[in-house]
Amino acid sequence: MDLSYSITPIDGIFVLALSLLLGFEVIKNIPAVLHTPLMSGSNAISGIIIFGGITQLLNTPLDHGWTLAAASLAVLLGAINLAGGFFVTHRMLSMFVVKKKTNKPSKP
Amino acid sequence: MVFAYLIATIGLVQGLKFMGDPARAKLGNMLAAASVLVALVALVIATGWSHLANVFLLVALLAVGTFIGNIWSNRVAMTEMPQLVSIFNALGGACAVVLGLNAVYGMGTPVDTKLLGSVLILANLFGGVAFTGSMVAYLKLDGRKLPRPAPVQKVLARISLALLLIASVYYLVMPSDAGFYPTLLLAISIVALLYGVFLTLPIGGADMPVLISLLNALTGVATMMAGLLFREPVMIIGGILVGATGVLLTLQMCVAMNRSLAGVLAGKFAGSGSAKPEGEQDIRSITAVETASMLAFSKQVAVVPGYGMAVAQAQRECFALQEMLKQSDVDLHFIIHPVAGRMPGHMNVLLAEANIPYASVKEMSEVNNTMEHYDTVLVIGANDVVNPAAENDPDSIIYGMPIIRAHKAKQVIVMKRSMAKGYSGAVNTLFDRQNCKVLFGDAKESLEAIINELKRI
Repeated sequence: MDLSYSITPIDGIFVLALSLLLGFEVIKNIPAVLHTPLMSGSNAISGIIIFGGITQLLNTPLDHGWTLAAASLAVLLGAINLAGGFFVTHRMLSMFVVKKKTNKPSKP
Repeated sequence: MVFAYLIATIGLVQGLKFMGDPARAKLGNMLAAASVLVALVALVIATGWSHLANVFLLVALLAVGTFIGNIWSNRVAMTEMPQLVSIFNALGGACAVVLGLNAVYGMGTPVDTKLLGSVLILANLFGGVAFTGSMVAYLKLDGRKLPRPAPVQKVLARISLALLLIASVYYLVMPSDAGFYPTLLLAISIVALLYGVFLTLPIGGADMPVLISLLNALTGVATMMAGLLFREPVMIIGGILVGATGVLLTLQMCVAMNRSLAGVLAGKFAGSGSAKPEGEQDIRSITAVETASMLAFSKQVAVVPGYGMAVAQAQRECFALQEMLKQSDVDLHFIIHPVAGRMPGHMNVLLAEANIPYASVKEMSEVNNTMEHYDTVLVIGANDVVNPAAENDPDSIIYGMPIIRAHKAKQVIVMKRSMAKGYSGAVNTLFDRQNCKVLFGDAKESLEAIINELKRI
């Protein structure tokens, strides 16, 4: 079974145009409280560029040293961006949530 | 694999949507992270089956990267969040540049159409600017010594931008079979890296929210371009979502300062010559003890925090003050200007870290028409965002910028370290008002003094 699939650049442009509209719709009305987490969260999502690095790394024979090294560097950079971004967003959002729980009972 | 990608795509969009809702934001973040993980596993299974050794290397790299990211994200203090976001953003941009160059020089990825060629050029261009731009932004935010803004930087920025445009146009008109595409790509990447530096160097502190959002958007666009190159729809969608977020936030920040993006990038307030001549301002100062009694006799108090609060690390004292005042039935709100701090929403995060309840944090637009209800407004480390000249002095360079109308409150106390002007350099006419007093000193120490005094009362 062939698990891989591929899209043409033209398909890609369709995806691009539609997701552009979608993107603006989704994020239009975000309260200022969440701007920083939104930013670090979307920053983490841009770490998805690691997929390119993974594709390169997996398709490079092990004896192509420099190519492999460059792909590895890309994967490493992407992984830090991706994981770090999600972790730090989680940490930030945890502060918001914990605070709500502890304050509701103490309000009255 | 198609199925996994479908799930991941839906998860990403839904996750980002949840992140706009305070109650579900945490879930949204986890959903987005899980979606990326699903897509990543699918990708590895689909492409890596035949190269097991590579898969081991990949897993090792991912583990190391995740480990570093985790440590980093846990160590950083909340006041340093803008720096961290900049660094991560820089890494993403660097990744794009490395990928693009490796695709041509290492992998020999066929760049047989103008479309693919342009996509690759744009990926490296945006990635390069985002990389060095974010690094400079990081150094600035971290308060490192950098070359002072000089006109030569702007000239260099214009030259590099022109070079980039010429090179891109040249690529479009040159014959497809000309063999120097790799050289052109390398040249564009290098100039883009330089442009990132020149673009960012002259941009000042208070414009950081705009700059960081913009750089974030650039990385998103680079990711999207890379997605077109690698034909990965998840990358395209992820990149677009990031790009859209970045652009929206950039525009919102610009609106909040009543400045054009071009004006921000030019580095300084355009009409800086039109500032009023220095008049002697008649400043009434106040002591912490007097402030404390004034607060104790108020019913409604508001705090307007700015970057100065972050510098003084005074958010916990703000919380303590709120708790103290609550005991004597004084209600304390926090009013946040959209561009307060060094990144969008910076103040909200700091206040949340200090356990200040969400309900007592107000956005500028919520309360601005009812400011006279506040008996006392404490301005902590903010300046331009409470300058009434923005509303009533057409000569002032910040005229037209939306401000928090602190001057409408019955009493205003501004905590300042010195009489230095705000970022814009505009004279703050708030100090001329009869109801305004200044409490000199470090914000944190002043707040501690006020709290101690309140304890005695």
